[in-house]
Amino acid sequence: MTTTQNRDTRYTEAAIEADAKVPAIHIWRDFDASPSQLFRAHTDPQLFARWSGPSSVGAEITEWDAREGGCWRYTARGIDGRDEFETSFHGCFHTVREDRIVQTFTWDGMPDSVALETMTFEDLGDGRTRLHAVSLCDSFEDRDAWLRSGMEVGVNDGYAAIDRLLAEGAL
Amino acid sequence: MTDQLSRVFAALADPTRRDMVARLTEGDHTVNDLAAPYDVSLQAVSKHLKVLEDAGLVTRTREAQRRPVHLEAEVFDLMTKWIERYRQQAEERFSRLDAVLAAMDEQDNPTTGIRTEGTAS
Repeated sequence: MTTTQNRDTRYTEAAIEADAKVPAIHIWRDFDASPSQLFRAHTDPQLFARWSGPSSVGAEITEWDAREGGCWRYTARGIDGRDEFETSFHGCFHTVREDRIVQTFTWDGMPDSVALETMTFEDLGDGRTRLHAVSLCDSFEDRDAWLRSGMEVGVNDGYAAIDRLLAEGAL
Repeated sequence: MTDQLSRVFAALADPTRRDMVARLTEGDHTVNDLAAPYDVSLQAVSKHLKVLEDAGLVTRTREAQRRPVHLEAEVFDLMTKWIERYRQQAEERFSRLDAVLAAMDEQDNPTTGIRTEGTAS
């Protein structure tokens, strides 16, 4: 798990790395687009809503001011198995530049955990652009919680819940 | 479960420990074997091993005199799966972004398809 990237690497699919030294997650991905197009896809709310959000349903943007000091907020709705869910995120833009966006990122389910996200758009010179996103979290615990967020509730978690209920005398 | 995964991450946050784990993927090693390449005391190596053991990443056979260190690949797989799922979710988002960028391309450089109005007469 090193965080040095090879210049010759092609990231046709997302590559991910949990940083070993700081509680950060790195993602690299190459796109057939110019840096300015990638920048627009991250800053134009209509475009952003069409691809972002944790589900194919996309995001409903409730606040959007893609300027330094401006804030953003969106709600994502989706279906998780048979359950519909709704979850929201918010943050503020710190740097908004054609080659670099820095923003804070908070999942409203854990309002005291604020991540600092840095996205850079590197022109690869052949019509493609490399996205490198770093999410720096407050702590390794928070970072790992993020990584786990995509996992279904495991069998062990079910057992842990039963243990809790037993301890509370609820069973 | 949750705690174990956090311990696994913390255990692998150290380059020496990561290197030990990498070497244990090839097979079991004694503590002396493991310690050989590193410029640290045997005591320091034992400390690293203790962290890996507490995370459930390695176990040490009680029976054998040499007590070789064994990598518990299942725990390692668990963490790899975890990251891979996160990666897949990111990739799904980026695939949608590919489509959005392709549509932008059409608008930015309309080289194909329908000609715009107002052509030369």
